[in-house]
Amino acid sequence: MDARGRKVTIYLPIAELSVNVFVILGMGAAVGFLSGMFGVGGGFLITPLLIFYNIPPAVAVATGANQVVASSVSGALAHFRRGTLDIKLGLVLLAGGLIGATVGVQIFSALRRLGQLDLIISLLYVVFLGSIGGLMLWESVNSIRRAAKNGPVSLRKPGQHNWVHRLPFKMRFKRSKLYLSVIPIIVLGFAIGILTSVMGVGGGFIMVPAMIYLLRIPTSVVIGTSLFQIIFVTAFTTVVHATTNFSVDIVLAWLLMIAGVVGAQYGVRVGQKMRGEQLRAGLALLVLAVGIRLGLGLVIPPDEVYSVISGSFGF
Amino acid sequence: MRALLMGPVFLIASCLAAAAQIADPTVTINDKFVERIDIGISTNEIAIASDFSGADITVFGAIDRADELLLATFAYDVVVSLEGPRLPTTVRRKERVAGIWVNRHSISFSPVPASYSMSSTRPLGNITNMMELASRDIGIDNIRLVPTGHIGDGSRLTEFRDALRRIKQIGGLYQRDPTGVQFISKALFKASVRLPANIPVGEHQVRAVLYKNGEFVMEKVIPLRVVKTGLEQFIFNLAHVHSFFYGLIAVMIAVVTGWLGSVIFRKD
Repeated sequence: MDARGRKVTIYLPIAELSVNVFVILGMGAAVGFLSGMFGVGGGFLITPLLIFYNIPPAVAVATGANQVVASSVSGALAHFRRGTLDIKLGLVLLAGGLIGATVGVQIFSALRRLGQLDLIISLLYVVFLGSIGGLMLWESVNSIRRAAKNGPVSLRKPGQHNWVHRLPFKMRFKRSKLYLSVIPIIVLGFAIGILTSVMGVGGGFIMVPAMIYLLRIPTSVVIGTSLFQIIFVTAFTTVVHATTNFSVDIVLAWLLMIAGVVGAQYGVRVGQKMRGEQLRAGLALLVLAVGIRLGLGLVIPPDEVYSVISGSFGF
Repeated sequence: MRALLMGPVFLIASCLAAAAQIADPTVTINDKFVERIDIGISTNEIAIASDFSGADITVFGAIDRADELLLATFAYDVVVSLEGPRLPTTVRRKERVAGIWVNRHSISFSPVPASYSMSSTRPLGNITNMMELASRDIGIDNIRLVPTGHIGDGSRLTEFRDALRRIKQIGGLYQRDPTGVQFISKALFKASVRLPANIPVGEHQVRAVLYKNGEFVMEKVIPLRVVKTGLEQFIFNLAHVHSFFYGLIAVMIAVVTGWLGSVIFRKD
């Protein structure tokens, strides 16, 4: 009994607390499975789950970003082999992303000093998960309806231009067959960079729809390109969090990665058997559920209105 | 069941010369009495390894020159506490703003023990009066909480202090065992204090106080260092001292793990 009790817990050297190994591995595997199934990084699930499990939010965010590096590398390599990624487009996105991440970490540190970090993280999650989840659900339900009527299911309407395509500083992206201004790409990268450092997410769940609907980038290269960009922005964010907030827990991150990478493989297999619009509807419901759970946490009167912060991460 | 990481603890019940103790800063003596208390633990260092899930520390001690009759009538009381390093601590209070619970007010306290585990022969209220206990910071309710900086009109101070003690107790960082000190022979006692799993690392203090019929006799303090060991210590140091390098390693591990995953499970 004693020996078993020892194996179950593991001490996290940066979060400075003991956790159940199997809970962490289970979390990593479940999120990995879902991220493999839906083709997302999973950061938007990992960070809230860690917070629900009493990991200090500062550690959850920084460690979440680190975990996303691993899942994005795994995914991006697969796209690289298949040639479904636009490196030039990815680099332009990355330029914006790195600036955004730098700004984001400063915002993060300031919020932590003010004691409002937890609130802002939750609010951002509620707003983004709620709106993105809602939009995706609406879009995918319409697609499922159209498919049921045997209508054409198309996301990209070629030839149809919006205001984005009238902006200056145009650049040619051969792989995507696009001639597009760099301004919206850099702005998108910048915004995602801020979200990466403040929320610990890769941002794929926002970047992918924005690239498809706003920039009209072909769906075939969108996921590979966003993963490519996410690798570097999350890697950069990990290093910046490690140097400014000392909040990256390597042990926690590694456990999540191992379980996540394995879980993702099974998720991919399940995902391949499902239709695109069904997958998108499933992802939308998942995103909404996490958003609602966090939203309830803000609205429902807490059991304890007081909190104690001593030392680095509180308690 | 309990996974214990601790040193079994022994005492050499030696009769120390009173003269030697007077110069010792870790000792406070009421000269009115001849009795002396001494305590010992087998190790002055507790190591936190990766499977650390808390530890019970047993402190052995003896009352020297105790009166046999008074011992037999339980006139002596001992309070043993284990106090964690003192850290600046802030208590925040959430309030509802536009339907959302937001941290509104906060009070910062000058360094407060991060952890406090106490054992005594009897409930503190039966040992001596509150004034005496408060003057020596004995007991969870008597840990001194001095606010620093802005406290508003101060009307909320009591609530904030109570909240700090309550949350620390719920989290297991503050705990008490009113019957945790037991006499194992006439003047020899043992006390058990608990180190919780979320123990802060640093310099802790084992403190033993002797009372005789409610009057303070002597206090003795010995240090106990709580350190992370091996890999944990290495990681912690790396993260704080060579943080840039640490960040790069974190990224490298992620890249290699992701790459391995894609290679091992590659199907094409």
